[in-house]
Amino acid sequence: MTTAAISGIYFDNNATTMVAPEVVEAMLPYFTEQFGNPSSIHQFGNRVGLAIKQARAQVQALLGAEHDSEIVFTSCGTESDSTAILSALKVQPERREIITTVVEHPAILALCENLEKDGYKVHYLPVDGKGRLDLDAYQALLSERVAIVSVMWANNETGTLFPVLEMAEMAKAAGVLFHTDAVQAVGKIPIDLQSSAIDMLSLSGHKLHAPKGIGVLYLRRNTRFRPLLRGGHQERGRRAGTENSASIVALGKACELALAHMDRERNEVRALRDRLEQGILAVVPHCFVTGDPDNRLPNTANIAFEYIEGEAILLLLNKLGIAASSGSACTSGSLEPSHVMRAMGIPYTAAHGTTRFSLSRYNSLAEVERVIDAIPPIIAQLRKLSPYWGENGPIQDPEQAFAPAYA
Amino acid sequence: MWEYSEKVQEHFFSPRNAGAVPDANAVGDIGSLSCGDALRLTLRVDPETEVILAAGFQTFGCGSAIASSSALTEIIQGMTLDQALTVSNQDIADYLDGLPPEKMHCSVMGREALQAAVANYRGEEWKDDHEEGGLVCKCFAVDSKLVENTIRANGLTTVEEVVNYTKAGGGCSACHEGVEEILTRVLAESGQTFDATAQAAPQPTAKPGKLTNLERIRRIESAIESVRPNLQRDHGDVELIDVDGKNVYVKMRGACVGCQMASVTLEGIQERIIDELGEFVRVLPSEAMPRTSSERAYG
Repeated sequence: MTTAAISGIYFDNNATTMVAPEVVEAMLPYFTEQFGNPSSIHQFGNRVGLAIKQARAQVQALLGAEHDSEIVFTSCGTESDSTAILSALKVQPERREIITTVVEHPAILALCENLEKDGYKVHYLPVDGKGRLDLDAYQALLSERVAIVSVMWANNETGTLFPVLEMAEMAKAAGVLFHTDAVQAVGKIPIDLQSSAIDMLSLSGHKLHAPKGIGVLYLRRNTRFRPLLRGGHQERGRRAGTENSASIVALGKACELALAHMDRERNEVRALRDRLEQGILAVVPHCFVTGDPDNRLPNTANIAFEYIEGEAILLLLNKLGIAASSGSACTSGSLEPSHVMRAMGIPYTAAHGTTRFSLSRYNSLAEVERVIDAIPPIIAQLRKLSPYWGENGPIQDPEQAFAPAYA
Repeated sequence: MWEYSEKVQEHFFSPRNAGAVPDANAVGDIGSLSCGDALRLTLRVDPETEVILAAGFQTFGCGSAIASSSALTEIIQGMTLDQALTVSNQDIADYLDGLPPEKMHCSVMGREALQAAVANYRGEEWKDDHEEGGLVCKCFAVDSKLVENTIRANGLTTVEEVVNYTKAGGGCSACHEGVEEILTRVLAESGQTFDATAQAAPQPTAKPGKLTNLERIRRIESAIESVRPNLQRDHGDVELIDVDGKNVYVKMRGACVGCQMASVTLEGIQERIIDELGEFVRVLPSEAMPRTSSERAYG
């Protein structure tokens, strides 16, 4: 089955994914006959409790965690991120610094910016033109003043992978806790946490064909921890609140499927992505791939189309039933391209036109070919409207030729 | 996805007058690559009559920027330059059946390109007096620059005052954290600290006891007077018509007439009066007044 069978072509899997039919099937009984509270002693509760235990084991297997008790179910990736960072600050009140990167998701960045207002010092590691970190600079920042390092496993916009395994070892050697926001990586690349030095990891169900509203915080055994939500004894007191049992069962099933399809993600989905990218680059002039093409998620292609704006591209694609995403956020007063593109130093002529295609195992070669056919006329149409584009190509020295009254 | 009207979508998918006008004798350039929006408006103007014979646009920007450019060219063709200069950004937005609050700047850009093109034709130098910040209040499309400038100009110190002067935060109230941050920043410039518990400028506290009729009407009048400057800034106004028990009848004037925010405005006035009186009243448009007895007798 492909997404075209549902309606349209869905190439926006880094935003969210289709819930796998097997996952829907697995979770449905937990809305109806399996309604019990897993904390209850009677059979209604007990059956749900057992299902959650199985789901925990399925997540454990995908993450390669040593113990199933290291899996803490939360409501989403954002909750997992906040829990991890705030816990690290709470257990080490004397440590007032955080290390992260400039290209994190807002779930980390907005939290860190808010913590700065509370007096914490946050170090934002810069990236180079391909979105890569400088590990020497990172090493120099590690100290006993740092409470936690939080670095994403894979960037949501470009798919660029970060060397979190190595960075976690470096943090461990310096006696600093290490957290990774792995919502884009889990299910797309193999992960084996027990052989790593990662202390905490966030994942989000809806990025790997489970529903929205379910996430996990991986918490390595013996990591000092303070819960974000206190209350009942659910999740061993580490995340109070009655379990979202249907979604937990769904996430367990989705993890089982992800593990079973890991080779497919790494080979077939990658081949589709590569074909899409090459197909577009071969026919559209003045466009290029952003991020690190040699070290990225197998499903993500981020292409910068120069001299046009991303939202306009998306609207025209959408008219053809093709769903993609853009790094351009064109809203009042913040006409800035994405923070990721700016951090990589992508020129403004290109940054506003970055378009992200993110695939999944539910996509097909036929869909890829249709998108390759659809893109060139859309780009040409918008360039025709652009004051930066002449008869047959970009105008010479656009900033000079186009002289607006203000900049 | 943005909530674009059918008209916006239509003008985006099939833009009118795209491309530069051949033999143009007026050009207006606005925006830049770095800010993600750029518009070049070219006009061919009849030198005898100053009528705009043809208008064309080239736009680098989002869907609503392209639609606003297209709408602008349709609106101004056939107008004289003086007529065209009266076209406001709201006219462009209205032509498109409205724009999302985050996208209103697209219509502003259209109007500015027009001003720049006319200035270019007349050999004048056009200077942009418009500075736009990040959107703070989504309900009323108020940006941070307007909030900052208003705080500075009027010495505001509380969120409530910011609401009264700019409308920012007067709707869903979700932006109050952002407004507090701006207050903190602007007050710090003059060495003041923002105090979230501070009261707005002293207001007559409503006495629980019963007011005389005269005192009651005076307070209603003063509550209405206090909101008028806000409305007047948006070219609207309000007038007290009558008070009948719990019902306060007002007449909306100017831009308030037919404004889609009118009911929100009425609610705001109502809250203001309730605060002032310490009792519940209902603020109604004067159109809702019962007919006078004489009319009733013949009606």
